[in-house]
Amino acid sequence: MSKAVLDSGTQAAIDIDQSKGDFSYPESHKYDAGCGLSPATIDYICDVKEDPDWVRKFRHRALKTFLGKPMPTHWATKDLENIDFDIIRYYLSDGAKPTRSWDEVPDDIKETFERLGIPEQERAFLAGVEAQYDSEAAYSNVKEEIEKDGVIFVNSTEGLKEYEEIFRPWFGKVIPTGDNKFSALNSAVFSGGSFIYVPKGVKVRHPLQAYFRINSENFGQFERTLIICDEGSELTYMEGCTAPKFETATLHSAVVELVAMKDAKLQYIMVQNWSDNVFNLVTKRGIAHENAEVRWIDCNIGSRLTMKYPGVVMKGRRARGEVISIALANSGQHQDTGAKMIHAADETTSNVVSKSISVGKGRSTYRGQVHIPKHLKGCRNNTECDALLINANSRTDTYPAITVRGNQHATQHEASVSQVSEEMLFYLQQRGLSEGEAMSLAVNGFVNDLVREFPMEYSVELKRLIELEMEGSVG
Amino acid sequence: MSLVITNLQAAIDGNDILKGLSLEVPAGEVHALMGPNGSGKSTLAKVIAGHEDYEVTGGTVTMDGEDLLDLGIDERSRAGLFLAFQYPAEVPGVTMANFIRAARQARLPEGEEIDAVAYYKELYEKMDQLGIDRRFTSRSVNEGFSGGEKKRNEVLQMMMLEPGYCVMDETDSGLDIDALKVVASGVNSMRSPGRGFLVITHYQRLLDYIEPDYVHVLADGQIVRSGSKELALELEQKGYDFLKEEVPVAG
Repeated sequence: MSKAVLDSGTQAAIDIDQSKGDFSYPESHKYDAGCGLSPATIDYICDVKEDPDWVRKFRHRALKTFLGKPMPTHWATKDLENIDFDIIRYYLSDGAKPTRSWDEVPDDIKETFERLGIPEQERAFLAGVEAQYDSEAAYSNVKEEIEKDGVIFVNSTEGLKEYEEIFRPWFGKVIPTGDNKFSALNSAVFSGGSFIYVPKGVKVRHPLQAYFRINSENFGQFERTLIICDEGSELTYMEGCTAPKFETATLHSAVVELVAMKDAKLQYIMVQNWSDNVFNLVTKRGIAHENAEVRWIDCNIGSRLTMKYPGVVMKGRRARGEVISIALANSGQHQDTGAKMIHAADETTSNVVSKSISVGKGRSTYRGQVHIPKHLKGCRNNTECDALLINANSRTDTYPAITVRGNQHATQHEASVSQVSEEMLFYLQQRGLSEGEAMSLAVNGFVNDLVREFPMEYSVELKRLIELEMEGSVG
Repeated sequence: MSLVITNLQAAIDGNDILKGLSLEVPAGEVHALMGPNGSGKSTLAKVIAGHEDYEVTGGTVTMDGEDLLDLGIDERSRAGLFLAFQYPAEVPGVTMANFIRAARQARLPEGEEIDAVAYYKELYEKMDQLGIDRRFTSRSVNEGFSGGEKKRNEVLQMMMLEPGYCVMDETDSGLDIDALKVVASGVNSMRSPGRGFLVITHYQRLLDYIEPDYVHVLADGQIVRSGSKELALELEQKGYDFLKEEVPVAG
């Protein structure tokens, strides 16, 4: 007998623990593009950032594309209509250049990141860190050993100026400006984000990390990340995001482009714990060339609405793409996530494993696209998506779109929806666990195999976050 | 010091299952509860443990003087009540070692942490005693376990949590004779003056290995006969049918 855990009045809304990230410092912005978006906003950003001409043109073209595209509400949630583009501030910075010395970071920004555990983590196990505060990077550091190998790790502003010959050929090529309304918006007003280049054959042993922090109200953060792993190189990149909870909604709309050249391996790990009034609308895609591998390991715990479908275009023979994803949607949250696997060469392999948990009135949605055209042979895809519903009013939806043409391919799709059964809870409680502890143990068990994919520091944090989220989910 | 059930009445979905059941299990004794299918044996186990599907419509249950019916499921457990399940639930993704550890942790005062080294030492000793393979610690709770493995697992948890009163619900079902002997010796090793057992079983066989101090017979929600272990043998020979005439006189 497997029965739903029925709601009693006490099981309705639960508080999301974002206490660790829920604080902000007074703003002191030297540069503020003001509210609303117009060609003048673009020029303001270009002037402050001293963008080269080609970037100014790129931004203006993108603005036109953005304005010309409708909101994708014909398939996505109507909640998107609650974003008021006219009250958002598109660029905020204090005008300081990112420092390489932690001591030189302004005190309030330094304290912000120290409270969030950066850069202790850097000292512990990272090869480099970049920390972005509102629109610009506040701190950026790469350990000497990898710098010596020719690894470039800077923010995108520096990347497009100092390394134009590497940056420009790939910028906007993996995700064209017009891919969707929000990639166009990002292309118009992007600032910050990472630019990484790993030279041929260089295997970066420790992860590089970027940390994104929103400190200001009514602010839109639009970081732009481009990572290029040259032939035979290897890299793991990790990204974390938080914001304090403001009265009004905040917008985070990033574009992340990954390029893995022949035989390269690129792994991108992301844990997002935005406060629950952030619209998190992100476009992420990688290209895997011959025998290369792109892996997205993605965890969405925070935000009001996340729409994010990391993708891999397998462009070269024997390329591999993978998306591993955990989403936790609490009351007031909608995690609309998934994966896109585009097979564009023979013998390419893709794997998608997605697990979502809906708590209270939380809603999780899985959208998966797998595309294998007719002229290819020997392609394989495996998709597994499992949803766990905690309360009777929790919601999950799955929209798989698998297009496989030709008969020389192997695809497999498994989906399940389950509930923590009353019998399981009774069993765990009979052993002395409170209802909250029992629920959090059961939920941790549900995602356990995926949590293992995250580095130790992250997986411990993930388990703790899940426990905190579940503690309040039951009476 | 005892587990005292007085005139207990309980219903599920409006159907009365327990109809004024009284029973006392003093610490230090083993009481066997026998009865035909549908007599209310498993219901009694679940009601004592606090299962929310059952509504207690009358009577009391106390453990060493404390009113159990007033406590939540987990509070009863931490107060010293253990139920060995007839059908233990599966908990995918949670390893046995972490599960038992979480249960032990739940018994510690706030801020106190389990000593992991001592914990594993004790866990391994008790697993050895029950003939459980070491690899078992990293398997998900009850997932893919055979019937026998599940029952050994219940007894292992019982040994690790050291409860004051153990209610064992048909622990013998699904066990072959060798497994039955191992499980019984585990239970026997736990018998002590401070601990009481209520062993629920359909068959007399288990009582050859776990020797009861008293045997009670349950029929239609009431205890209809109580006696020494010879009563179990009598039931074995005559079957439960002979009880039918006796139902009205009980209570």
